[in-house]
Amino acid sequence: MTTTPTAERTEFGYDDLRPLMARMTGDEKHDNAATSTLDVLWVLYDRILSVSSDRVDDADRDRFLLSKGHGPMAYYAVLAAKGFFAPEELDGWGTVGSRLGFHPDRVLVPGAEIGSGSLGHGLPLGVGTALGLRARAKHDPRVVVLVGDAELDEGSNHEAIAYAGRAGLGSLTTVVVDNQSATHGWPDGIAERFAREGWAAHTVDGRDHSALYRALTDTRHDRPLAVVARVEPRN
Amino acid sequence: MTTTETPATTMRERFVHTVDRALDDQANLAVVLADISSDRFEQAQARHPDRVLNVGIREQLLVSTAGGLALAGMRPVVHTITPFAVERPFEQLKLDLNHQGVGAVLVSTGGSYDYPFAGRTHMAPGDVALLDTLPHWTIHVPGHADELDPLLRTALSGDGLVYLRMSERQNSEPVATGPGLVRVRSGGTGVVLAVGPMLDPVLEATANLDVSVLYAATVRPFDHRTLRAAAKLAAPDVALVEPYLAGTSAHVVDDALHDLPHRVLSLGVTRDNELRDYGDIEDHDTAHGLTPKQIASSLRAFFR
Repeated sequence: MTTTPTAERTEFGYDDLRPLMARMTGDEKHDNAATSTLDVLWVLYDRILSVSSDRVDDADRDRFLLSKGHGPMAYYAVLAAKGFFAPEELDGWGTVGSRLGFHPDRVLVPGAEIGSGSLGHGLPLGVGTALGLRARAKHDPRVVVLVGDAELDEGSNHEAIAYAGRAGLGSLTTVVVDNQSATHGWPDGIAERFAREGWAAHTVDGRDHSALYRALTDTRHDRPLAVVARVEPRN
Repeated sequence: MTTTETPATTMRERFVHTVDRALDDQANLAVVLADISSDRFEQAQARHPDRVLNVGIREQLLVSTAGGLALAGMRPVVHTITPFAVERPFEQLKLDLNHQGVGAVLVSTGGSYDYPFAGRTHMAPGDVALLDTLPHWTIHVPGHADELDPLLRTALSGDGLVYLRMSERQNSEPVATGPGLVRVRSGGTGVVLAVGPMLDPVLEATANLDVSVLYAATVRPFDHRTLRAAAKLAAPDVALVEPYLAGTSAHVVDDALHDLPHRVLSLGVTRDNELRDYGDIEDHDTAHGLTPKQIASSLRAFFR
């Protein structure tokens, strides 16, 4: 059942996400770009990640790095739904004085692990974060990075993919939301690129919560995990 | 102990020695390399495999990894040759360090034209000017390995953004013991500010000039107060002699003297030409007007 989020409410479900997004977009119909990340974000924050609004500074929390900083409405909606900030903040997003910009800034947004917007930075930052946690002997926290298929065009990602595979970063997961928007495409599929570099890799329906959950929990101690979440083509 | 007790002689040796030891004492310290100098850190890597990381020839990843390490609570040291430390991964410095609000110690070797035989690809005289477009960086340009050491130790134990620019060339004696400007010589007709390894050439050039000589091993944040005091004692005419792009610090000199009528002469690596030549360091000094004789001639004309 769809319910209307209000200031009094602190618990929200998946059905509340589109109304929350509507507070930013002004209507409840969104293009695919705005919602391509919605399902995977919800599965991550609802069922996978060990993080919550009262643990944003906990050294043992899982880290979620939104590398694809464009169209962050779904991200903000999920963070609001999970109580990282009040839904009322969504109303003024992108205006002066708001903490919620058209690209997220970690210094401003409660729960945001990185500031992003320029493509190709999240995955290399995730590699460093995973290495840092390993150096601190914190072996439980996961580092999950979300990138887009077009974002993979950036060469910095390929420096990170190759090195993470060789370094056996089992705590690192990359979710590639694939709406087939890369200009020159990825022949033989995106998962093959990761597998070739020593990652475990799955390709799943990016709208199927059960499939996303199974893929995202199939971690290996000796290699990083890539989950390609296919959604509707952008055009 | 895996390192020698004898003080190292070059800046690069001293850097490796100090960081090697610090890794044993400081549990949150991590070193990130991109093949350059990785042979020098082999023993440290054997002792601390999770904290001495060589990412291969991947300089974007080099800087981003440092950003991620800092986000995870580590103090990263990033090291490679100057153009690959500052110019190639510049957006990573801007976004993965500054914009994330984290710190790192960035240590470059090779300076402006320390490897002149290698040509333009291995020269980065614009490094300090580029970093100067970003806020919050402390920038050290030591002129002697003994100056590098305390600056480096302070940087390792801090949490801010620090750039340490090492050069092959050193002055004959260390002068600076901390971040401020040091008055090396007093005179009446103006102030010469020598940065890092330019001190020896400046002292030779000013041997017969009635000028004050100030020395900087740290250029950001800039010690406005000492420059201002020296300019008031002598005359508000300042000749800036920097080992990188000419005029890189002209704006901070202007800031320091903003309410005083003053003149500034900027000497350094020339901006108006890409020098397509090899040879040795002295050949490039000559091409940029930075031999003691050429500096003296420029100063005599300026302080006339």
